Amino acid sequence: MAQAHGIEAEGLVRTFKGDITAVDGIDLSVEPGEIYGFLGPNGAGKSTTVHMLTTLLPPTSGTGRVAGFDIVKEGPKVRSAIGAALQEAALDNLLTGREHLRLQCALHGISRAERKVRAQELLERVGLTLAADRKVGGYSGGMKRRLDLALALAHRPTILFLDEPTTGLDVQSRSALWGEVARLAREDGVTVFLTTQYLEEADALADRVGIIDHGHIVAEGTPAELKAQIGRPTVEAIPADGATPEAVSRIMEQFGEPTGGSAKGVAVRLEHGVQDLAGIVRALDAEGIKLENLALHAPSLDDVFLAKTGRSLEGAAEEEEAEVEA
Amino acid sequence: MSALAQVGYVARRSIVRTSRQPANIIFPFVFPTALLAVTSAGLSPATRIPGFPSKSFLAFFLAFPFIQGALFATMNAGTDLARDIQSGFLNRLALTPLRGGALIVGQLGGIAVLAFVQNCYYLTVGLIAGVRLESGIVGGIVLIILATGVAIAFGALGAFFALRTGSGEAVQGLFPLLFVGLFLSSMNLPRNLIEQDWFRTVATFNPISYLIEGLRSLIITGWNWEALGLAFGFAALLAGAAMVLANWALQLRLTRT
Amino acid sequence: MIRRDFWSVAFAVAWRVLHNVFTTPSLFLPGMIFPLFFFTAFAGGLSRVDNIPGFNFPNGYTAFQFVFVLLQSAAFGGVFTGFGIARDFEYGFARRLLLAAPRRSGIVAGYALAAAGRWAVTATILTIVALAVGMQVGGSGIDLVALYGLALIVNLAGTLWASGIAMRLRTVQAGPIMQLPVFLTLFFAPVYVPLALLNGWLHSVASVNPATSFLEAGRSLISGSTDHVSLAFPLAIALAIGLSVWAWRGLRSAERAAL
Repeated sequence: MAQAHGIEAEGLVRTFKGDITAVDGIDLSVEPGEIYGFLGPNGAGKSTTVHMLTTLLPPTSGTGRVAGFDIVKEGPKVRSAIGAALQEAALDNLLTGREHLRLQCALHGISRAERKVRAQELLERVGLTLAADRKVGGYSGGMKRRLDLALALAHRPTILFLDEPTTGLDVQSRSALWGEVARLAREDGVTVFLTTQYLEEADALADRVGIIDHGHIVAEGTPAELKAQIGRPTVEAIPADGATPEAVSRIMEQFGEPTGGSAKGVAVRLEHGVQDLAGIVRALDAEGIKLENLALHAPSLDDVFLAKTGRSLEGAAEEEEAEVEA
Repeated sequence: MSALAQVGYVARRSIVRTSRQPANIIFPFVFPTALLAVTSAGLSPATRIPGFPSKSFLAFFLAFPFIQGALFATMNAGTDLARDIQSGFLNRLALTPLRGGALIVGQLGGIAVLAFVQNCYYLTVGLIAGVRLESGIVGGIVLIILATGVAIAFGALGAFFALRTGSGEAVQGLFPLLFVGLFLSSMNLPRNLIEQDWFRTVATFNPISYLIEGLRSLIITGWNWEALGLAFGFAALLAGAAMVLANWALQLRLTRT
Repeated sequence: MIRRDFWSVAFAVAWRVLHNVFTTPSLFLPGMIFPLFFFTAFAGGLSRVDNIPGFNFPNGYTAFQFVFVLLQSAAFGGVFTGFGIARDFEYGFARRLLLAAPRRSGIVAGYALAAAGRWAVTATILTIVALAVGMQVGGSGIDLVALYGLALIVNLAGTLWASGIAMRLRTVQAGPIMQLPVFLTLFFAPVYVPLALLNGWLHSVASVNPATSFLEAGRSLISGSTDHVSLAFPLAIALAIGLSVWAWRGLRSAERAAL
């Protein structure tokens, strides 16, 4: 289903009391039908940006348009076009899953007859039919997240905001949620704005990624583009007992410049990329050099974050926690 | 969707939630009944004080559970709303077309239904225990209406506190204050029979005294238009002020555009 | 002979509870303010009650109500401690105590010591306020020591009752179950007027309610008499002994569940 409008933001700023600038000039553009990953450590401004784009928080300055509507002047129209699963699961423990869906549908003006059908359809889609009539207080974390997603989809929004949807979930639940998000974009054409602090999530799901740190976007592009920006892959060879590191170095340096590796290994940054790997193996074999290990390190989004901010994403998360505790 | 329909959905949810929390049902029924029983029995000799307006202390004291029930309405409204704020459910509602006013009115609609049931129960208990309403059947209906209005007014106060503080603990902290307000009134004795000057002064300035006296007048006096006027007036004033405050707090809380 | 580690556990637990209570206003203030409030409401608002024909208490209505509020604060002081025990179990801290304590019965003793400590502060403030508003005391020093001693036993009974519930149910939701029986026991007694002026079902219930003998003994002591004392003390001690068995069995129940 093609849509005309996605998400646009220009110079979005949000400050709080005490001169805290949570978002410091965000410019972004998300095409209809795209999955846009918003990646950054805790406290970077991801949730604040989402709250502004979903009209829950007015921006201090800047403009934004979601589904073609202005986020400040046309709030109700924006809300009718979007669905949101925010950071908290935001459920009522005393209501059942089905009751949640019916209430959500009712509040969006869906007729009584259609509500029933829609609720059942969504429960099947997220795999909660068996638990539908149990109170949410008894749901696991994964079940709550799935219900949260179903509620966000109740009124068939064209744009979906997911704020750290898989935080705290086990691997299985996370994969299931990824599958559903990918299907929504691919088959239903839903535009997805996904915030996450998990590199692999952004890598796996997003068509394009925006990396945010301290309230502004430090890098933006497809995962492949971003990784290519910061360099070529490196390969590290660890010689087996009996093989000299110097002999290994002599061969490896024919394929790229030396770079830092582990204490036991020899690492080079490949001049022509991954295709040099076969050449290295043949050359080492021709000299009769035995290896304990040969590893290829492709650049990750964490490497991108490191290159842009001077620190790794995981380190940034720990730093933020320490700042908060202080 | 019309505002009335929205109010209906929110009210329905409020009733369903309350019905699924046994403490919210048991306490408003059991506790006031127990206090009514022990206090009216324990203070029954007080009817022998010269000038006491009734031969039955139970009839005199029957107004108390209606007011205490209203305090429980405050707590229920407040803690439910605070839980919605703390869990993020309010944000979920904010993303729907739900009007802010409908949220408060719907919440109070649920409280009103529960208060109505509570009040019918208290009146039934009183009648079974032998109390006769001097104002008759019509007086009984007016009693239920007034008591339900008082519950709505206190419920709006609870909603204001919840929206302003966003904390269930803060709302719980309100209960002792309201309880004190209930006791420092003409709850146990008519104001003219309170011996301590300072206590009588406090009771005279305490709006809860007039709410109690209005309800009480329907039970032991008949049609005392002054007492009823003051009771309805204070209930309306409290309800109006609390609704304005609650709406204001909701605007602050719901910063949606 | 009670071993030293029983007391080391008891004092450690008591210290922690008292430290938390006295440094957290939301824990400390309700236990202190409510008795003052009830004293004010009852002694202040109902003082005309002593005009009822047949109301013959010699030391005035303030002293009459002071005894009730003192015993009520003692009993509920124990119940509030029970809330704390339930919270400790619900949030896992009690498991830490059970694992660490060489003599687990010392844990219950520690909570009881803490309850007594909290109540001592409340009772002191209540007494000061009552004297400041002109309460007449007819009893001697020994009578007053006996009055506070009786209240202390009631405090212990309240703690043991509430801790038994807390250790069995291990959730703060058990609060009403701890409170309601204590509340009903206290109020099914001659709270507002002497027993002789009650009639009907309340007179019948109050006549067999142990709280009645505590109240009457307390009121006798504050007015310098020893009526009802010979029944009240043995009854209070027996109640405390019975409830200590209840609490001990609650501890066993908690041990089976927690470990």
